[in-house]
Order: sequence, then structure tokens, then C-alpha cells
Amino acid sequence: MLRIIKFVMQDIVKNKIVLFYTLLLALLSWGIFGLEDNNSKGILTLLNVILLNVPLVSIIFSTIYIYNSNEFIELLLSQPIHRSKIWISFYLGLLLALVLSFIIGAGIPILIFVPSVLGSMMVIIGILITAVFISLSFLSVVITRDKAKGIGISIMLWLFFALLFDGLVLFLLFQFSDYPIEKIMVIVAALSPIDLARILVLLYMDASAMMGYTGAIFKQYFGSNLGLLITFLLLFFWALIPFLISKKIFNKMDL
Amino acid sequence: MQKFLIILFFIPFWAQAHSVHIGEHFSIRSIKEGLKIVHENDTLFVHSGWYKEGNIIIELPITLIGIDFPILDGENKFELLSIKSNHVLVTGFKIINSGFATTDDPCGIKIYDSKNVTIKNNILENNFFGIYLQYCKNCIVIDNTIKSKSVDEQQIGNGIHCWKSDSLQITHNVISGHRDGIYFEFVTNSLIWRNISYENKRYGLHFMFSNDDAYICNVFRKNGAGVAVMYTKKVMMFNNTFEDNWGDAAYGLLFKDISDSYLIGNKFLNNTTGLHMEGTSRIAIENNLFKENGWAVKISASCMDNDFKHNNFISNTFDAATNGSLVLNSFKENYWDKYEGYDLNKDQIGDIPFHPLSLYAVIIETMPSAMLLYRSFMITLLDKSEKILPSITPDNFIDESPKMKPYSI
Repeated sequence: MLRIIKFVMQDIVKNKIVLFYTLLLALLSWGIFGLEDNNSKGILTLLNVILLNVPLVSIIFSTIYIYNSNEFIELLLSQPIHRSKIWISFYLGLLLALVLSFIIGAGIPILIFVPSVLGSMMVIIGILITAVFISLSFLSVVITRDKAKGIGISIMLWLFFALLFDGLVLFLLFQFSDYPIEKIMVIVAALSPIDLARILVLLYMDASAMMGYTGAIFKQYFGSNLGLLITFLLLFFWALIPFLISKKIFNKMDL
Repeated sequence: MQKFLIILFFIPFWAQAHSVHIGEHFSIRSIKEGLKIVHENDTLFVHSGWYKEGNIIIELPITLIGIDFPILDGENKFELLSIKSNHVLVTGFKIINSGFATTDDPCGIKIYDSKNVTIKNNILENNFFGIYLQYCKNCIVIDNTIKSKSVDEQQIGNGIHCWKSDSLQITHNVISGHRDGIYFEFVTNSLIWRNISYENKRYGLHFMFSNDDAYICNVFRKNGAGVAVMYTKKVMMFNNTFEDNWGDAAYGLLFKDISDSYLIGNKFLNNTTGLHMEGTSRIAIENNLFKENGWAVKISASCMDNDFKHNNFISNTFDAATNGSLVLNSFKENYWDKYEGYDLNKDQIGDIPFHPLSLYAVIIETMPSAMLLYRSFMITLLDKSEKILPSITPDNFIDESPKMKPYSI
């Protein structure tokens, strides 16, 4: 299993797209921190970039990579290795490679310019978001054998979480604005990993004061240590559950 | 003529006041004893030491000078200095531990119904109220440091509390940790100048029913709720700094029912709301800097005829917000860093008007929960499309002549 992980990792690290991704993140982070004189403003700008780019690259790249490794997977299956092990190895290999490039590209500049709780929070969130979207890509791969369809599903998933979900939230807010929906909104926010990550960082940036009553409720739920733990657990589940489902399907799949 | 000259020669000897020295090494050891033997216009020198004498009442026009900051300790029971005479000067004391939270408002220094009293260069620590002036005229409070360490808002009074007074000068005091830094109620024709008021529990400056006053070059920092100016007219507010008032109900400056005033040359830095206006009319708001605030200005629909002119709006999350569609205020030649227009004729004035009110700001005002989506990509998209084709935001909330470059403020 370790050898498969190692092989996948080496294969990906050599990949030009991942190199480009690392370079892009590095360029953006160094550029933003260089341009903004206020580092906490810089991190806010970077937050948008991370919440948009990292999921996109993670989900699309993983989907394409697994489709392209189809023959290799078939080769491995002919060996006496358990299917789950192959699937887990692929997941971990992809995760380690992409996390590595995230840390090199964005993590190092963030920790250099903002060496605080906020900075480390951003890095942890970036890693978790990467894990979540790789996990989602595994799910979209097992849903369909067709490569074009699979990539389509991946793009739709990204679009949904990055853009459409917020529109939906806004719609709900308008529809139910007469009711005390603040507490329900906490649950709704947990339904999107990107929103969860964004709110978490905003709460650590003092922006909660601007959110008034909603901010107070969010601070109450997400700001405490327990809330923090729950948020991380939620993100962790977002990374785990789609992958476990995909593993179950993969185990029974007719290849 | 000769007689007259002789009289002139002797005048200084008649008019000379006596000096009384008080301290461990002198015959008189307590201030109360000293006060018994002084006459009008005498000077009391109090040498350094720890004086626990309860309430000291000054009923004659005298000068009270502390040397090396003698400590007056109220042992958390008494009011310390009560001044009930005109023409008193108190300087150089360290006044600590007045009584607490009783109905008669014990103070560090309280001035009753007096004229021409000067409180200069004292240190006040841990008092209920710091300096309290009531029914006073022509009094000067200058160079004092007033501090309190109390945690609970009910357990502390105000730093400098002025009530029903006229022609006061509150200059260069440093006030922290009190309920309100400086409190003005029914005070007229007065000046608040070069004070620093920070980390007070409620307001840095609390201003009510006080007409024809000016506050100039003060710094208000990290106060619980910022600065409030209410139910007042004809106030001059020049060159003050309002910064770091950050919290759920914190404002840099809150206007409520004030009119005919000037707000010029002030800096609003890093406040949740820089300037909040309610029922405010005929105010000239010029040459101010609004930087890095959550909301730079919140103008409720009850405001009218306020003129925003030549202000800088830089790095604010929202430049403006309002709670209705009625706009009776004007914006002219302000600099907005969010302005994306052009200037073909190079007159430094943008050729297309600027809408300071973003769609998201309008949404937030009607539905505060939407703050949940702050910094969401979706919101950025909506804002951009609204900027290009305004449909929901009030179309007369505009700056017709936005400046291309910031003013040097």
C-alpha cells in the first residue's frame, strides 16, 4: 500500500499541471502580500483566491488523474491486493501531493507574513478543503465510467459549492426573512464546505463585529473551542464521507 | 505726587499672599489643618506623602500646589477634593481611591457652583468619577491623567463629568478606563481640545444638550461604543481622530438629533461604523478621512441637508449604507477608492457619477443575516452587475463629481 502511495505521489509531483498549480499559488500569495501593506487585508484577498482556486484544481485534477490511471488501476487489480487498499492509496497519494503543493505555494508565504492563529487557520483550512474536494472527485469518478460525464459532474459540484450554494442561501434568506432564521442558517452553512471555511476565517478576522446579531450567533456556535472542534470535524466528515461512499461503490464495481 | 508714589511702593506688600507648607517635615502635617489657617489668595504647598484625610473641602479662593505628587487617598469611602469657591487652582496631586457607586457620586475632584477654577496637572486613579463640574463657569481642566481599572460599567463613573456649565476648557487630559471619558450635559460655549480618551467602557466622549461647543484635535480610541453627540446644535468638530472602536454596537461617531454643525478634518480609522447619523440635519462634513471601517457612513433616512464634500473614502468594507430610499443629503467631490470611472478632460473630476451604495449594503440593511455571505464570490458578482446597471439601490444616492485622486488629509 505504501508503495502505491509513493508511486502515485511521485507520478503527480512530476506532473506539469501540479507544478503550474504550485507556481500559481506561490505567485498569487507573494504578489498579494507584496501589494497589500496590511497583511490581514492581504489574507482576506487570499481567502477568496484559496476558496475559489484550491477546490477547482483539487476536484478537476483528481478526476482527470483517476480516469487516466484507469489502466494502472486495472493492472493493480490483477495483483493480489484488496480493492479498498488500492482506492485508499490513490486517495492518500493524491492528497499528499496536492497538500504538498498547497503548502509550498500558499502555506509558506501565509505563515511568513501572518505568523498567528489566523495564518495557521488559513493553512489548515486550505488543506481540509483540498481533502474535501479530492474526496468529492472520487465520488464523481465512481458515479459514471464516462470520462466526459465524470469531469462534467466535478465541474458542476465545484460550481455548486463555490457559487450556486450562496445564491441559494441568499434566496432562502429573502424568503424567510420574517422568521428568526439565524440558528437555522448555522446548519445551512454547514452544508457547504466552502461556506464553512469562509465563515471560520471571517470569525477569526474580527469581521464578526460587522455581522451584528448573526455574527454574535455565529461567534457563539463557531467561535468557541467546541464550535471550532465541531467545524473541523464537519470539514473532516466532508472529506471522509464522499470518499467512503465512493470506496463502497468501487469495491462492488464491475470494471 | 510723592505721596502717591509711596503708596504705589507699598501696594505689593499689602497684596502679598501667604504661603503655607504642609508635609512630614513641617509644623503642619495635614491638609485640613492647613486649610483652617489660610486666608483668601494664600498658597498651600503640599509636600509628597500619603494623605488619608477623607473629604477635603475648599471654601476659599486659594492655590493648592502639590510638590512631587503627594497622594490623597480616599480609601474607597470618601469624595476627595470638594471645591466650593471661585478662583481656586489645584495642581500636582495624585488622587486615588474615591468612594464607589453611592448615590451622591463621590469624585476625585468635584467643583460646585464656582467660577474660574483651574485643575491642572494631576493624576487621578481608581476614582468613581474623576473630575466633576456642576454649575461652573470659566473653569479650566488641563494636563490631567485620569485612569480607572474597574471592570463593571455600573461600578464606575465618568472621567470628566460636566453638568450645566458654561465656558469650560477641557484641554490635554488623558482619560482611560472610565464609563464615559468626557461627559457633557447642558454645557455651553466650551472647548474640548487635545484630549486622549481611550478604552473607556462606554463612550470616549458623551455629548448631550450642549450647544455652541467645539471639540478639536482629540483622539478617541478603543472605547466601548465610540463617541456620541446627541440632541445638540452648533457644534464644531475639527481634526479629531476616531479609531479602533470595534464591536457589535461600536461607532466611531454617533450623531443623533443634531443640527447646524461642522465636522471637518477628522479621521475615522478602523471602526465598525465610522459615522452613524440619525435625525441629523444641516451638517457640513468636509475634508474627513474614512479609512478601513466596516461601514464608513451610515445615514438613516431621517437625515436631511447634510453635505459631504471633499472627503476621502479608502479601504472601507462599505462606503455607505442607508435604511430607506429617501435621500436628502448631498455628496460632492469626494474621493472614493472604489470608483472605477474615467476622466477624459483631466480636470481631476470623474466624468461619470459614483454610487457609494452597493447592492450588498442595501441587502444587509434590510436583512442583517445576509452578512453570512460576506466575502462570498456570489456577492462580488451581484455587486458588480448592480454597479453597471443600478436597479435596486436608490438612484439619487450619488456623487455626481467624484474626485480621481485622494485629498491629502
